[in-house]
Amino acid sequence: MGLILDLAVQGVQMVLVLALAPLLLGLTRKVKARLLRRQGPSLLQPYRDLVRLARKEVVLAENASWLFRSGPYMIFAATWVAAALVPTFATGLHFSWTADLIAIAALLGTARVFLALVGMDVGTSFGGIGSSREMMFASLAEPAMIMIVFVVALVAGSTQLSHIAIFMQEHASLRVSLGLALVALVIVALAENARIPVDNPATHLELTMVHEAMVLEYSGRHLAVIELAAALKLLLYVSLIGCIFFPWGIASGEAGPTAYAIGVATYLVKLAVGGFLLVVLETSIAKMRVFRVPEFLGAALMLGLLGTLLLFVSRTF
Amino acid sequence: MAVSATLAAIAVLLGTAALAIAIHRRPFATVLIYCICLGVCLVLLALAGTSLIERGPVQHLTLPIGLPWLGARFRIDALSAFFQVVINLGGAAASLYALGYGRHEEAPGRVLPFYPVFLAGMNLVLVADDAFTFLVAWEFMSLSSWALVLAHHHDRENAEAGYIYILMASFGTFALLLAFGLLAGPSGQYAFGDIRDMAHAGWLEGLVLVLALVGAGSKAGLVPLHVWLPLAHPAAPSHVSALMSGVMTKVAIYGFIRIVFDLLGQPRWWWSLVILGLASVTAVIGVLYALMQRDLKRLLAYSTVENIGIVFIGLGLALAFTANNMAAPAALAFTAALFHAFNHALFKSLLFFGAGAVLTATGARDIEKLGGLILRMPQTAFVFLGGVLAISALPPLNGFVSEWLMFQAVLLSPDLPQWGLKLAVPAVGAMLALAAALSAACFVRAFGIVFLGRPRAPEAATAIETDSASRASMFTLLGLCLAAGILPGLLIDAIAPVAAGLVGQSMPPQASISGWSIVPVAESRSSYNGLLVFGFITVSTLVTIQFIHRFASSALRRAPPWDCGFPSADPATQYTADSFAQPVRRVFGESVLLARDEVDMSPPGDPRPSRLTVTVRDVIWETAYAPISNLISRTAEQLNHLQFLSIRRYLSLVFGALIVLLLGVAVWA
Repeated sequence: MGLILDLAVQGVQMVLVLALAPLLLGLTRKVKARLLRRQGPSLLQPYRDLVRLARKEVVLAENASWLFRSGPYMIFAATWVAAALVPTFATGLHFSWTADLIAIAALLGTARVFLALVGMDVGTSFGGIGSSREMMFASLAEPAMIMIVFVVALVAGSTQLSHIAIFMQEHASLRVSLGLALVALVIVALAENARIPVDNPATHLELTMVHEAMVLEYSGRHLAVIELAAALKLLLYVSLIGCIFFPWGIASGEAGPTAYAIGVATYLVKLAVGGFLLVVLETSIAKMRVFRVPEFLGAALMLGLLGTLLLFVSRTF
Repeated sequence: MAVSATLAAIAVLLGTAALAIAIHRRPFATVLIYCICLGVCLVLLALAGTSLIERGPVQHLTLPIGLPWLGARFRIDALSAFFQVVINLGGAAASLYALGYGRHEEAPGRVLPFYPVFLAGMNLVLVADDAFTFLVAWEFMSLSSWALVLAHHHDRENAEAGYIYILMASFGTFALLLAFGLLAGPSGQYAFGDIRDMAHAGWLEGLVLVLALVGAGSKAGLVPLHVWLPLAHPAAPSHVSALMSGVMTKVAIYGFIRIVFDLLGQPRWWWSLVILGLASVTAVIGVLYALMQRDLKRLLAYSTVENIGIVFIGLGLALAFTANNMAAPAALAFTAALFHAFNHALFKSLLFFGAGAVLTATGARDIEKLGGLILRMPQTAFVFLGGVLAISALPPLNGFVSEWLMFQAVLLSPDLPQWGLKLAVPAVGAMLALAAALSAACFVRAFGIVFLGRPRAPEAATAIETDSASRASMFTLLGLCLAAGILPGLLIDAIAPVAAGLVGQSMPPQASISGWSIVPVAESRSSYNGLLVFGFITVSTLVTIQFIHRFASSALRRAPPWDCGFPSADPATQYTADSFAQPVRRVFGESVLLARDEVDMSPPGDPRPSRLTVTVRDVIWETAYAPISNLISRTAEQLNHLQFLSIRRYLSLVFGALIVLLLGVAVWA
């Protein structure tokens, strides 16, 4: 019985993240439009976009290889697996012991490497510029992420997300190191999701694009899969911040239906708040020049390193 | 029994070398020699594998050869057996690859005799049980690989690489000689068993550590002794490059472990500080230079430097834990280091084979001339991509597992009591993460420029897929990378007796854990299941593909690239390798890489083309080696004058020298 329930929770989680990801994207677009005093598209517009893209024919560059055609599925699968391993509404995920936070970060790394590779496949200059910049950002964002994992793991005594969430629920306290890690994680999340101030998701000005430049040659169903993967990644980071730093309401252990209901409800609230704060941040600052980004990400790396050092010095920080 | 069988196999390899000298002109020689090498490597692999898995007793054998009062002692313990597995796996793969690749060799007489000697030398180092045998075998390995580096000696670059290699190799052996001399003590106990039983003074142990770092580290490519490596490894034929980079560096690691973990006794904590500092600098410098290279094989050689750094980080952590009697974390760090050494042998050989295939198909080593090979060589591209994912430490392949284990070891280090280590280890962790991330950037660049995009030169446009033996070898290695990635527990259990013998404990047995997970410390702390991650990714990919093909439009049209509406037919408009590396060059730019970007922009109206010149210089070479080399050449120039003196001056020189010597004798007495 327990096994079936666990499997059900895991299955629900996988479907839930997939279903909610475009909604979160829609929410951010809507809120952003409202903050700019525009009407904005409907909350459901991302779903409609995905359906529209999926119905269209694929226009493939003449020299595109098998990697170009299989890349979107690899990117999507790696992101989806990573997203499925982050506890959203319940910690009792059956497969949570499969991979810890380091592995989740590395799975996102797999997705990114494929994205950067497909960006170079057709041999256009924009694809190259996107891949090159993406890998430069990643070369600082990834170590920053690992440092954040170190901080959290040293506090909670585990790199398993379920254990971290339970620990944070039970021993919640204000710590300097966790504060540093939170700021660093927000910076990493902004960079990884190609949000302002690192990249502009709405831009179509070629020289400022990073993420959009890599997927420039995609169309139809391939583009739909990539867009969905990008939305999933945003949801993953919001869930991750929620699960580590604001683990309230997540159902843990032998939870009943009420606990699950509360878990889902608080999760939805967290997503909404996270999306709202993201948009407020985005509208209040301008996009950086590309070569300011390394400093921005370097700050995240240093914050993470500082947090880790503090914890090495004393576990009480 | 196992020892004598191993020695017999090594003797067969030496005999093969003699045979190669005799028959190298015959057309069947290449196939015959590599077939014998493949067979012998497989036999050695099976021997070492069984003794590692069965955890048989340590076996000794003394032969009455070598020094008259010493004989030659041989011994196979778990450490030797593990490294024999690594070396012969790489050797077998290289021999299989060479069955196809070796046919393109212009002068097989320069490669065939040395190749079996090289394999024999490496195997002999692993079974040697006294300092004399060890050093002789070590020199066998060095000299035969030097001869292989000079296989194409007409190329001026190769000749120079060979010269620097032989200098550094002699220097390294000299350091090892001194180290063993100090260990053997005044009574000259050269057998490893005697050295192990002796107690050594503290300062002596420190000196031996430094000498071992210089001796084994220069062979492995530890910064700042790595300068020969990116020159010499690419100069050899590709299957030998793979052996040198993937396998010979492991012999150097073996030598280091044998001296420092086995012979020296209880370590001091500050040793680990030295090693961690060198290792983390090695990892980051190696990958940064790899990112700047335009020669594919040199890029791979620099990446070897990086991976050696990672292995040494693991070894440094293991020493730190051992010095503080923390056996369980030491076992974890040590296992991570050996796991990474094993992984590196697999994926670096694979990548060198891929580079060799590209080189054969196009004749171009400069990646700026390549591009679009994924269409011309789809299978090579596929395996190379696998190697790229493995070396970039991405799940579900094997590179990720060893780095994951290493991070878990770092997370156990706040319990170390020394402040120096407490402050250093987080920085080492950050450097490790930085190296891993930069390595992903480096190999995205390498794969993207070589295999993706459009051909940048006619050579790349007419390439054809490589031969079947080479492909078989590469696919085997990729399969092993995947197997080690999804079933890491098996390998960890195979390493267990090695760790138990050297750091006093081994990681908890992983085979008994349900579902093939690996759990380094406790399940509540961390666990990873490569099989499930692989299964998850596969299933979700298949589900997505099924779903899309069921519900989405399946229409597809080929059209010219979009490129924001301005596609250009000229392949020169693509991103180049140098432009791909530009952001990283700019971030880590002038201090680490001594990189200069000089733009010569022609003024308006001037038809002269604008020019961008990029120079990247090796900071270590400029600061450490160039002054020494300048000093030597200047001194030599000065001394050169002595060659052209008159007879009177020579006589007065002799007279003066005699006076000085006599004075010396008088003062001494």
